[in-house]
Amino acid sequence: MSMRGRLATVIGLFLVAVALAGWGVVSFIRPGVPGGVMDFTQGHAAGQPVDLTAQTVGAIGFGPHPTWVSYLVKDPSTGKWVQDTTWKLPANSVIDMTILQYDSGSPLRNQEWGQVQGTIGGTATLNGTSYSAYNSNTGTGVGHTFTVPALGLSVPLIGVNSSDSVCGSAPCMTSSPHNTITFSFKTPGPGSYSWQCFVPCGLGYLFGNGGPMSTLNYMGGQLEVVQ
Amino acid sequence: MTISAEPTTEVVTSAVVPPSSPVKTPWSQRSGWLSQHLGTAIVGAVLGYVFGHWLGNYVASGYTYIANSGQNSIADALALIFMTFGWLLGIGALNYPLAKIVGRSAPEEVIAKGWTKYVRYSTDHKVVGMQYIVGVLLFLFTGGLLAMAIRTELLNPTTHVFSADTYIKIVSEHGTIMMMMATSIIVGPLGNYLVPLMIGARRMAFPRIEAFSFWVFIAGYMVIFSALPYGGFPTGWTGYAPLQTQAGPGMVSYLLGFAVIGLGMMAAGFNIAVTIINYRAPGMTWSRVPIFVWSLLATAALLTLATPVLFAGGLFGLLDKTAQTAFYVTEHGGSSFLWENLFWFFGHPEVYIMALPGFGIVGELIPVFCRKPLFAYKVAAAGMIGVALLSFFVWQHHLFQSGINPDMRPLFMLTTELISIPTGFIFLVGMGTLYRAKIRFEVPMLFCMAVFFNFLIGGITGVFLSDVPVNVTVHGGFFVLSHFHYTIMGGLLFAFMGGLYYWLPKMTGRMMNKKLGLVHFWTMLVFFNLTFFPMFIIGLLGQPRRVFTYAKNLQGLNDFSSVSAFLLGASFLVFLVNFMWSMYINPVMAPANPWDSLGLEWQTATPVPSYNFERIPVIMTDPYHYGEVGAPALADFGDGPPAPLGSSSTTGSDPA
Amino acid sequence: MANENSTNETHHLRNITVIWLILSVIVDLLFWFLVGPHVPPGTMTSSAKGNQFDFTFLCLMALPVLIGVWVYMGYAIRIWSAKRPGAEEPMTGPNARTNKTAQVSWIVITSVAVLFLAGFGTVELVISQGSGGGEGPNPIWTPPGATKAEAAALTPKASWSANSNQVLTVQVIAQQWKFTYRYPQFGGFETTQLVLPANTNIAFNVTSLDVIHSFWAYQLDVKADANPQQNDVAFTQTKQLGSFTVRCSELCGIWHGTMFNSGKVVSEAAFMSWAQSTEQANAQNTADLPPFAWTYVPDANGAAGGYYTDGNVTPYSTVEIYGSKQSAP
Repeated sequence: MSMRGRLATVIGLFLVAVALAGWGVVSFIRPGVPGGVMDFTQGHAAGQPVDLTAQTVGAIGFGPHPTWVSYLVKDPSTGKWVQDTTWKLPANSVIDMTILQYDSGSPLRNQEWGQVQGTIGGTATLNGTSYSAYNSNTGTGVGHTFTVPALGLSVPLIGVNSSDSVCGSAPCMTSSPHNTITFSFKTPGPGSYSWQCFVPCGLGYLFGNGGPMSTLNYMGGQLEVVQ
Repeated sequence: MTISAEPTTEVVTSAVVPPSSPVKTPWSQRSGWLSQHLGTAIVGAVLGYVFGHWLGNYVASGYTYIANSGQNSIADALALIFMTFGWLLGIGALNYPLAKIVGRSAPEEVIAKGWTKYVRYSTDHKVVGMQYIVGVLLFLFTGGLLAMAIRTELLNPTTHVFSADTYIKIVSEHGTIMMMMATSIIVGPLGNYLVPLMIGARRMAFPRIEAFSFWVFIAGYMVIFSALPYGGFPTGWTGYAPLQTQAGPGMVSYLLGFAVIGLGMMAAGFNIAVTIINYRAPGMTWSRVPIFVWSLLATAALLTLATPVLFAGGLFGLLDKTAQTAFYVTEHGGSSFLWENLFWFFGHPEVYIMALPGFGIVGELIPVFCRKPLFAYKVAAAGMIGVALLSFFVWQHHLFQSGINPDMRPLFMLTTELISIPTGFIFLVGMGTLYRAKIRFEVPMLFCMAVFFNFLIGGITGVFLSDVPVNVTVHGGFFVLSHFHYTIMGGLLFAFMGGLYYWLPKMTGRMMNKKLGLVHFWTMLVFFNLTFFPMFIIGLLGQPRRVFTYAKNLQGLNDFSSVSAFLLGASFLVFLVNFMWSMYINPVMAPANPWDSLGLEWQTATPVPSYNFERIPVIMTDPYHYGEVGAPALADFGDGPPAPLGSSSTTGSDPA
Repeated sequence: MANENSTNETHHLRNITVIWLILSVIVDLLFWFLVGPHVPPGTMTSSAKGNQFDFTFLCLMALPVLIGVWVYMGYAIRIWSAKRPGAEEPMTGPNARTNKTAQVSWIVITSVAVLFLAGFGTVELVISQGSGGGEGPNPIWTPPGATKAEAAALTPKASWSANSNQVLTVQVIAQQWKFTYRYPQFGGFETTQLVLPANTNIAFNVTSLDVIHSFWAYQLDVKADANPQQNDVAFTQTKQLGSFTVRCSELCGIWHGTMFNSGKVVSEAAFMSWAQSTEQANAQNTADLPPFAWTYVPDANGAAGGYYTDGNVTPYSTVEIYGSKQSAP
């Protein structure tokens, strides 16, 4: 083979290697956030509160892990339920959050997370009734928590009665038994704040913290707070 | 019985080749595409994978925890085990042992002609050495790309390129792939290629085991790479339990990957140790063995003795993850400390597996370029053996803050600091050899000098880490990260590069381009230091390892480190360009002995004939008589008596 | 010839030694005065202060070694280069291979230095009560009064008062992915905030409810791994007021990178009032928590059916469980 031929061979092989690496990046170590970012800043007027509605479901029912427990969020522009836990929020604004809890509950591993912390007024409402702490060892227990550690925000989401016909797969409709939890909190300055659930709800994993608890878009995500 | 790599041209040994006149060539012995090669290995791997996966799903998909979690780690483990098995079956690694097991006469491995020998199960140590170069570069560049991804994410403390789970997956994969690469980067390519040439042997002691160690190494690559499609593992290369028990199926790739790589490490170490001890040419006494061979002997001892601990530890973890045993889960009677102890009991000797071969290369190369004998040869050899021995008694320094028995800490502080005495010997040897020398600054020499520069920083920061009070500040942060990059990358990888530039002319008969080599060296040295030195400060300022967010005031240092890292990555592209250009595209034939070396490996023909030496040389002295007028000849190559049957190293009973 | 050689030798060695000595003294002095006082992590606690001194001391030892090798290598590159016009022929003969004086003195010097450093480290470790590092469940280097405080912490009567020189016991509970803190001397309340009184010996008792974490209070210079079902004790004495950062320094899963919070060292009086008001505010929650213990048995199975399908863990003691089998008090 001539030198030019060998050069072409090497460059060709190199391009193949680059293509393979690129394919590897896109397939396995994809940058950015799978599922995208749910934007709550569009059309937001300064000083106005933002409405954010989410639901939790015992089994997502679709995608690569249909048995996994998951959060879903209501797209503010289309009103559709989307499996996406990265939310873009305006800075220094009040977020009025509504969570429809469709999952059943259990005692918390650490009762510390049974307290409502960091919300405006230090309380949340459960189906219209205000509460500031919930003993997860009694009643229907706590299904999940919505906790943003860096903001000191934590709200226990009281589980539905597991003897009821719990909604099996997402998205759940309000005809299924559910608890409506509402609370408000104020976003800080711009930054990225992770949020997660503190109920070890990853079924089939040691300490219940694997699987959905350790994967973005199920039981944890980021609040991207922007100016 | 002899093996086919034996020199049939040689009168003495050809007599023992059994007369073979088979009417029909067995399938495994054919050459050409209708035989066993990389292609059949891939087919075997795919079939094995599919079968294993089916089996795992058939057996285990109904288990409660698997049905609940929706992830079947049993199927993934079986798939990878059968994939490895199919790969080895396909390449032909199992022909010989399987035939022996069923009592048939074992087939000989075919010696292919031309380049196709490089994609076959070859028992020629020179072919295996070349195969290993490609193998370790595959690991190195995969891990390097992942490192670029890590530094990209750390450009900004709050804006994320990768999501949190993806970032940990990248960090873990980078660490594991690089550690696996580093165990073999010198032992594999240069060790296998050069040990027989340097001790005057015709082959390794166990050529099939040698070939096995390479093909199992590549199987290990496939296994550890499979972690990415499986969703990665979140534990870093240290794989601490019980996080590993909690992780998803990517963890199976990690545990099994270390087991598979561990097989190769044990096989390679055992083979090299036996070869060095038993296959030295007549006259190659222990005081004449080249210092590189000494370093490989020490490394081989560590590979053979330390790796089984990792192998067993990994299998325990695999059982925890699949069969619900509880070696590492405290609540069910195990202990989270057990993995830490087992892992580091392997892991610290492992660190020296990654340092000693680099010392050996440096010790071997500097006399050549100083035109002076190696200074304090015996101290160097003793230092390597001393490091190897002591390395088994220091592992708990990784656990100073873990809650181990507190009075263990002064003891392990002492042993850890003691190990810097034999490690320091290599500096005595290096500085002594430089003393009043006539230094030729060729590219390999520059890399050796860089090893002294980098390893000094790496070694001294190791003393900081071994001091328990200071360890409180620096443990688990970027300081320790920088420390081990200085020793492994700054030491081992620089030494490997020096060794490549030095020995490639012997291995391929082609010279690496000097200008590109200089560009490669200087960019690598400068950007390596600019990448990793700031990390000491980043660590002191409180950034823990493996985090995707960090304090805002550290962004400047992190960005500086990241940009340098990208340029460091570019310097590896320079190497790649030089390598392809000089070795393949526009090769320049090398002189027979371009560096005027006195080493035995340069005294045989280039390209090295398949039997290495026409006659087994009789060694007369050590290979370091540089600058000595009237120095004795290194060896008697032909005028001396031909090696008599039975006494020569190449004609024992076949051990394979 | 022999004469000329030995002259050369003294001349080279003298040059190198002089350059090394001058540079070492300058760099060490510069380091001691310019960098030393700013060596992280500062002087907020006794352990930070002690470890800052240790780090500085090691630097003062290390810099001459670095400079020695670098000066030597630089000298070699400059003087013994084959490219230098008139470069002398390399030294040969037995002296080029071995030199007893050089070898023995190298080994003796490095051995003495290393043994001295090991002794120095041990002394510093002992006199600083473990230097802020985790000492495991049975610490052997403790501040006065620590044992008494530990014994008292398990009783409901345990208390702490300002300006009493009592050791304050703080339990650090690591869980995926947050540290929480319990104060046994204040009724065992649990909180996500870490507030400490100044000028007080603190005993951090670090444990985990799941995987291995590591409690790293950066400015306090305290680091102790959190292992499930193990109590890892670390001591320090607070010296200055201010805030500090707590980070997890052992990889513990997806949110390891965000497992941090900041804490405060406040005056003893301010601490007292914070602790008492938090104790009151959290009284309801404290009643729902398991009683204070050094370690807790996490429910390995998680909320509803975990990895081990053989059912439930049999706890050593029903009162120590965090998790699903904790019955209502």
